Amino acid sequence: MPENKQISQPPTRFQGMLDTAFGRLCHGIAWLFILLIVFIVLRIATAAVPALRQQGLGFLSGTSWDPNQGEYGILPEIWGTLYSSLLALVIGTAFGLSVAIFLSEGYLATFVFAILKLFDVHSHPAWGKLPDRLEQLLKNLIELLAAIPSVVYGLWGLFVVIPLVRPACNWLHVKLGWIPLFGTTLSGPGMLPAAIVLSIMILPTITAISRDALVSVPSKLRMAAYGLGATQWETILAVILPAAMRGIFGAVVLAFGRALGETMALAMLVGNANKISISLFSPANTLAALLANNFPEAGPKEVGVLMYAALVLLGITLLTNVFGALILQRATGDLEGSR
Amino acid sequence: MIRKDVTIEQPLTPKSTEPDYGPFTDVDFPELERSLRRPRTLLSLIMSWLVAGMTLLALIPLFSVIAMLLWRGGRKLSFSLFTQLPPAPLELGGGFGNAIVGTLLMVALATMISVPIGILCAIFLAQAEKGSHFANAVRFAAKVLTGFPSILAGVFAYGALVLVTGGFSAFAGGAALSILMLPTIILTAEDTIRMVPARMREAAIGMGATNTQLVWMVLLPTALPGILTGVMLAVARAAGETAPLLLTALFSNYWIASHGHIDLMQPTASLAVLIYNFAGMPFENQVELAWAAALVLVLLVLVANLAGQSLSRKQIRE
Repeated sequence: MPENKQISQPPTRFQGMLDTAFGRLCHGIAWLFILLIVFIVLRIATAAVPALRQQGLGFLSGTSWDPNQGEYGILPEIWGTLYSSLLALVIGTAFGLSVAIFLSEGYLATFVFAILKLFDVHSHPAWGKLPDRLEQLLKNLIELLAAIPSVVYGLWGLFVVIPLVRPACNWLHVKLGWIPLFGTTLSGPGMLPAAIVLSIMILPTITAISRDALVSVPSKLRMAAYGLGATQWETILAVILPAAMRGIFGAVVLAFGRALGETMALAMLVGNANKISISLFSPANTLAALLANNFPEAGPKEVGVLMYAALVLLGITLLTNVFGALILQRATGDLEGSR
Repeated sequence: MIRKDVTIEQPLTPKSTEPDYGPFTDVDFPELERSLRRPRTLLSLIMSWLVAGMTLLALIPLFSVIAMLLWRGGRKLSFSLFTQLPPAPLELGGGFGNAIVGTLLMVALATMISVPIGILCAIFLAQAEKGSHFANAVRFAAKVLTGFPSILAGVFAYGALVLVTGGFSAFAGGAALSILMLPTIILTAEDTIRMVPARMREAAIGMGATNTQLVWMVLLPTALPGILTGVMLAVARAAGETAPLLLTALFSNYWIASHGHIDLMQPTASLAVLIYNFAGMPFENQVELAWAAALVLVLLVLVANLAGQSLSRKQIRE
């Protein structure tokens, strides 16, 4: 190697220029991304303006959808969207949070470890890894729930969930029909099957985010509770859940946002009926399903009205998502502060 | 048992005579007993079993979906499905070769659009100063976009591309999917670039590397497995999306290549839309095809997912 040749050298002027150009490019792309989002919102909003002007606010409270008469209203869809999402959220949160606790407390690993100990192989080089491996497998299985496309859930709901819940629903209607919740029969697609499938789809979101929140609770809090004589569940209910509450709440809000915008499973399962009914078994409709069903065949006038409906959906989901993201941001900020 | 609770040894359980607790006179020792006769211990055990039961219950849909796909889809699976066109109503046989091609084509198109933009955006975010408001805004926008309803991406592409170019097309479908892929790519790529050890950055800067050289020669090669994981996850998500394609690419009963060249500006079939269309039909043959298509689609998505996960595991091991 020649004496004056060094491995390190200052950048040449060309490299400096290249560097500036690349930095500008990255900055520009980041701007492009922001502009894209602004453009998405603006495009939908401007496309909705003619219908907005023509239909006014009556569109939000109208209950009929008749392209032939030019009558449009999306109150049943707004109701269906909120009702199905709330139902799914109740079921999904109960199960999602349970799974998150099950995972974060390491139940499976402890259980498998105890079994291994019975056979005295818990420190065996191969068997000893089993508890952690199974724990990881369980986590991956839950995440797999999120990987299955929503149209496949729709197909599964049509051919598995609906035949499965229908006898039970109709029995409930016959026996307890005076309760408004069971006020109609389930003749096929309806609110309950849609909400069940929807809750399965949002479960991974709730589990993943609230598990992160539970795991990041400092372990000294748990140790302190055990040290005071609390049982495992007194610790979970009185110490760990309250400490992770904001993260869990953020998870629930984000899952709600996802449920509001979920399209295919609902378009296939909810029944697409323009009805407002409190009954769990009545067919209904949601904003996203309305868009999916009507857009491909809409004439130019109906497209404008559908754009208005899309704008309403955009408003609701954007608000929910921004709210959820803000909560999560503050939740992680909190925990960083406590360390 | 799965309880972590400590069993208090003999001397602490009160018998006929009050045992000597030493200086701890104000501690309620009987309350610390961990036998199942104590309601609080029993409650803890019951809750533990409840949570375990609900976790099992939550896994049932997953196994049910997979079992149904294998049973109803696997029964129908044959080579001719991949080479034939969708059948007309009441027609027997047929396949979904054009839908597989359409799905792969549109996902490839979406990947080509979103990967360069996403990675450059991630580089900007990873290199930005910590308190930069603009970077925070971009990151926040990406987070909000992850929860963006896929149908609205379709509505946007319909308004911005389908109405402008005058018809449903594979190109509009790819563009709509790319919007949904962007946030996943940006957020995972930024995370992995940030995880590159500081000493590697400092070594490169110490050698006189410019920022650009640092990015291309150190950060990107080191973070590549993680970035690819994000890309594969985004691909898996895009392949299963139906709603945006319904509004942009619609469906077609024919192959996308006409007269020897591929025309991106015509309606295009995709597996997801095929499943949706055929699931609601009253014909047995179409429903069977929908199940077979669902099996193929889920396999595609799982392969992309597993490929992504194995890549990230490789990086962790290094």
